[in-house]
Amino acid sequence: MPLALQAKGITKTYGGVKALTEVDIDVRAGEVMCLAGANGSGKSTLIKIISGVETADAGHIEMDGVDVGRPSVTDSIDLGIQVIYQDMSLFPNLTVAENIAMSARVKARSKVVRVQAARSIAARVVERLGLQLSLDEKVENISVADRQLVAICRALALDVKVLFMDEPTTALTWREIDSLSRVVEQLKADGVAIVFVSHKTEEVFMMSDRITVLRNGAVVKSGAAAEFTPDTLIESLLGYLPSEERQLSALPVEDKAPALEVHEIGRNDLFEGVSFEVGAGEIVGLTGLLGSGRSEIAESIFGILPIDTGEIRVAGQAKPIGSVQEGIEAGIGYVPEDRLTQGVILEQSIESNLIAASLDKVSGRGGFLDSGQMARASQHAVEKLGIKTDNPANPVSSLSGGNQQRVVLGKWMETEPSVLILNGPTVGVDAGSKAVILDILRLTAEQGTGILMISDDVPELVSVCHRVLFVRRGRMDGALEMDEVSPERIRERLDR
Amino acid sequence: MKAYTRRSRGARLRVHEIWDRYKGENHETALLLLILALLGVMAIVEPSALTMTFVGDIIRSGIVTLALALGLLLVIISGGMDVSFPAIAIFSGYATITVMNFFGVDGALWPFLLASIMGIALGSLNALFVARYRMETLIASLGTQVIIRGVLLAFIGSVYISTLPAQLDAIGASSIMRLGNSPVNILVLPVIALAFLVSWMLRKTMFGRSIYAIGGDRESARRVGIRVPSVQVRIYLIAGALAGFAGMVHVVLSRHASPFELVGTELNVIAAVVIGGALDSGGRGSVKGTVYGVLLISLVQNSLVRLGVSSYWHVLVVGVVVLVGVAIQAQASSREAKTTRILESTEASA
Repeated sequence: MPLALQAKGITKTYGGVKALTEVDIDVRAGEVMCLAGANGSGKSTLIKIISGVETADAGHIEMDGVDVGRPSVTDSIDLGIQVIYQDMSLFPNLTVAENIAMSARVKARSKVVRVQAARSIAARVVERLGLQLSLDEKVENISVADRQLVAICRALALDVKVLFMDEPTTALTWREIDSLSRVVEQLKADGVAIVFVSHKTEEVFMMSDRITVLRNGAVVKSGAAAEFTPDTLIESLLGYLPSEERQLSALPVEDKAPALEVHEIGRNDLFEGVSFEVGAGEIVGLTGLLGSGRSEIAESIFGILPIDTGEIRVAGQAKPIGSVQEGIEAGIGYVPEDRLTQGVILEQSIESNLIAASLDKVSGRGGFLDSGQMARASQHAVEKLGIKTDNPANPVSSLSGGNQQRVVLGKWMETEPSVLILNGPTVGVDAGSKAVILDILRLTAEQGTGILMISDDVPELVSVCHRVLFVRRGRMDGALEMDEVSPERIRERLDR
Repeated sequence: MKAYTRRSRGARLRVHEIWDRYKGENHETALLLLILALLGVMAIVEPSALTMTFVGDIIRSGIVTLALALGLLLVIISGGMDVSFPAIAIFSGYATITVMNFFGVDGALWPFLLASIMGIALGSLNALFVARYRMETLIASLGTQVIIRGVLLAFIGSVYISTLPAQLDAIGASSIMRLGNSPVNILVLPVIALAFLVSWMLRKTMFGRSIYAIGGDRESARRVGIRVPSVQVRIYLIAGALAGFAGMVHVVLSRHASPFELVGTELNVIAAVVIGGALDSGGRGSVKGTVYGVLLISLVQNSLVRLGVSSYWHVLVVGVVVLVGVAIQAQASSREAKTTRILESTEASA
């Protein structure tokens, strides 16, 4: 198969830190090449350089064997390079049709545009991929999974030669991942070169023909997918092999009131009749399909979407939780789904973020903050969580994704909550950081905190949860206790 | 009991459906209803005031606001904020008259062109700061506003010019028709034409769609290959031209030129645009909504005059109207955010 794209000797430095060092990659027409790497290994930077969003310090790109130098965004679109970004990069205020047609319009250098033309461009792609999308709806009004499909459609609206997909399945349910892999097969048959980025090992092996592994901004291994096993892949991208075994934290011996009890809670149109409990020191998984109401239940318990009916008890005491403030006061900590927009203030220092939820603990007399206590508290959290930083005064944005997630966790652990609710704690986090985060959770549980973990990552559920609860269409739908928890049984229940 | 609830729920759903169909992309219909409600109140409180003259007065007082609002609309849709446009407007209008007097020349059309060109030149200051130096748009325009006013008063003049050159003054006196006792000035026509032009540009040109795209998500715009700085430069140049033109319209309509006028009206104009559905977070807004917004503000002010309310109260009332209008917009958006959530869960159950 002919080479579609080659990147040669790509080097990029951000303020003294080398993000990429002489990276060479190549993709052939009609194959799926997986770009694997831990968080912060330089995958996203490499993609941005090839698509022209960032400019490399050294190196060049060849398309079909022709040197094209370091292309700009428009150059790379003209060359047939398309990227489906991790954050989707859509326009929430525009319609689905217009979002899909946007890059085609830019490429055509149109001056005057027609709504009908945009619609027919969009309709063609949507039909070709066999999808169901309402073209006239605004993107902000459609579900996250549909947005992901819109991003895919936009990339395919043009004549694409090389397609980059940066974690395209994060927001998709299994059914949609299925149809995505059919699309990928079709594109391969059409001779499109595909570069695929994913943290889900199963997916990497399901989708890709070849794997290139980046570690700390350099290529460490490259070869046919068949040359790798899941273990060798993770080992080459981390440099070591973390344990993913089922390893449960010890439950407390003495009888304590459950950390969290919810009884028949409901919220109009979202979920109803939800009852369960989380014991002190217990890690309980709450799972279900995207849109099943799992996130809404978590947000309700914490007070973001206060419940209409039912009762919530924390550490044995009934708590009316009508706001986030009341949720915190009741002893609940919540680590949201989207750590970047909901969990941390990126521009602020690691220290201020770590103490943001426990200000009363670091205040002295008269409510003034005590800088000594603040430094001690944050230093303690940095050490306990193993956050990689030389200075807690640096902004959170200076940390890699996994470390940012640790800051969010740390913020709530500082409040010493009775219950810690985690929503997708390891979404978009590499295997190494994931193992560390799960270890922290076990440790936290052993100290008596009840943990409710919302997740659809089956290995992660199996790895830490004492029990797994299922949600379907806004109602509880069974549970797996202790020894019943296994990957097969969770999948079987979710698939039903 | 149960049947009753179900029926009322069904009725509520139907009302929702109808509302969804007619509410307009930026809730323009809510605005129109608000305008009608205000007229209704006027009809009860002061029925004698509702005359054609009243309509004429509203148009007369709204025309400059609309001309200014059109430029601001572009800036706000792109996710920016501008407070320098009144300064640009009065600079261009006043300086044009000063130039005409200085050289002793007269004209009817070219002064408008000259004022627009001055507007472009002044707008390029904003463009420079925003697109080249990536300054926060509000801060940049706060700075340029002060500079422009300073240059106007220090170098161009600070005196009140009581008579305009004859041909310009003639335009100020010529009307296309009379509504009651209120003449409708001929300058209404070019402003309406500009409104149609801007509306067309926003909806049908790549430039217009790029403005929405940038307002929706700047980084995404960059990633699909839209040249963000180039679009921004054009936005601020066009906004400058529109402000310059509006300044000239103001001077001609008021039939005198004072460097101290217009400055201070920015709040009214911003209010009209924001009430019209252009959220300050960007990516939203339309000419239609802006026209309604201008009508609403103009209606409120003229109603207060008719009701004999002291002009000191006007600012207060406009402030309240702004808050109500913005609250309606915010309410509507938050209701939509809720709809999205429900949509996801029903989809899963389908």
